[in-house]
Amino acid sequence: MVNISVNLNGVQLQNPIIPASGTFGFGNEFRDFYDVNILGAISIKGTTKEPRYGNPQPRIAECSSGMINSVGLQNPGIDTVVNKEIPNLRKFYHQPIIANISGFSIDEYVECCNKVDALVDIIEVNVSCPNVHNGGMSFGTNPESAAMVTKAVKAVTTKPVFIKLTPNVTDIVSIAKACENAGADGLTLINTLLGMRIDIKRRKPIIANKMGGFSGPAIFPVAIRMVYQVAKACSIPIIGCGGVSNVDDVIEMMMAGATAVEVGTANLIEPMTCKTIIQQLPNRLLEIGFNNIQDIIGII
Amino acid sequence: MIQDHYIIIQNDKIANNIYKMVVEGDTKVVISPGQFVNIRIEGCFLRRPISICDWNDKTITLLYKVVGKGTEILSEMKPLTKLDMLVGLGNGFSIKDSKVPMLIGGGIGLAPLFGLCRRMPQKTVVVIGADTQRSLFFVDEFKSLGADVIISTDDGSEGTKGFVTDAIKTNNIECDYFYTCGPMPMMNALNTYLPETVPGQFSLESRMGCGFGACVGCSIETTNGVKRICKDGPVFYRNDLRNECHKM
Repeated sequence: MVNISVNLNGVQLQNPIIPASGTFGFGNEFRDFYDVNILGAISIKGTTKEPRYGNPQPRIAECSSGMINSVGLQNPGIDTVVNKEIPNLRKFYHQPIIANISGFSIDEYVECCNKVDALVDIIEVNVSCPNVHNGGMSFGTNPESAAMVTKAVKAVTTKPVFIKLTPNVTDIVSIAKACENAGADGLTLINTLLGMRIDIKRRKPIIANKMGGFSGPAIFPVAIRMVYQVAKACSIPIIGCGGVSNVDDVIEMMMAGATAVEVGTANLIEPMTCKTIIQQLPNRLLEIGFNNIQDIIGII
Repeated sequence: MIQDHYIIIQNDKIANNIYKMVVEGDTKVVISPGQFVNIRIEGCFLRRPISICDWNDKTITLLYKVVGKGTEILSEMKPLTKLDMLVGLGNGFSIKDSKVPMLIGGGIGLAPLFGLCRRMPQKTVVVIGADTQRSLFFVDEFKSLGADVIISTDDGSEGTKGFVTDAIKTNNIECDYFYTCGPMPMMNALNTYLPETVPGQFSLESRMGCGFGACVGCSIETTNGVKRICKDGPVFYRNDLRNECHKM
């Protein structure tokens, strides 16, 4: 019997596989493909204080081993998520829920986290958003502002708080450490890399907003590197994320130092990805000489 | 919707850059004309959404235009090749009671209107728009369903020279309901041309990440709130697109 359960700050997951926020909606779309109760947890669609339509079309650009999205945090707003989406998800899904919260000011983060705290098991705080009170600079691009968000959110929540870090920085370790010192219970890394494509016939960017978040297998080595660096420097648990598409990617991510692993873009191309990984994980671990998944975390 | 493997039994060029592909497999989840499939193509990261032209209990017919790398690879596939597809995606056309329904298809947008036309209980007028005569397809197929077929071509090489709206005007066609699919400029012109009192349905197209509602990459603003073209559409009622039409 192979043990594939993991523990994130007291939240027990039956396996480390978590669909990443923004690739799984509020769980509904995948019910046609499999029973979502097999998942370790679900990180639901990124939520802001107000409802948001998001960015103009087109929002999607294909790349050779990934895609760029410029959805722009389209979501129904925290009140609808709290009153409708989470209760609806709870009707058919009985494993841990991770809320994913974004804000354009500290107050917005605080309000959303406060409202969602009682309803979910973990709160993931997306600090890649621009701070409207500071010239639009993303909260996650410097240690001080990342720590400010962490501290403010920790003050109003009782659930484990994971700060989801942006890779678009010069030194991710300093930001991770600042979040840890400010009281973060864990870290999710990485968010998408800023990317761009151009339609050479139309001589225009493919994405209406010109740039967007680059995700998919192409960013996997960057994610591994950052998870590894941060795991060496911090002692709080890490949810690894970025380009994970198969069972070996999951094992690699955990060996780099992740306690759990988010699968994102792969869900959009192969909706069965998470189920396939969960089915293959025990045997794959045995094949490489482990019968407890916890033994591979940060092994290198 | 399901994910399954389908076997190509036909894949032929039928007009300028236009191909007809017939695949065999599970068709139970296809329930209305205007739904689409999303095809995994080796060498492309994203799947390719292709609208369903017609279906029966064993096969699905897809018409597609070669516009880039993905459709080019698709056009080179041989019969008996297996295709990994998501099938039964989206909400298609709803057939409404009307005396004089008009179906307007521009370019490859004509494809889903065939499956619709075949299921319409009443006689229809089908308006086909193309850039040139060599790009026309399925004209005889629509005629064999008993439809009155009106054609417009950009260069006048067949039918009325100009756009579908010119053909409608020249032929003095009036309708009490319409169904359309085609390029946005065509559907926009149609929306401006047809009296506001005439209800109808538009099938929209978009770049898609997933095709089944998860990524919300293809959202539009409707009078009923934000909708996903892939999951809530691709077919929308004219009334719901009041906001969107002026942007089309």
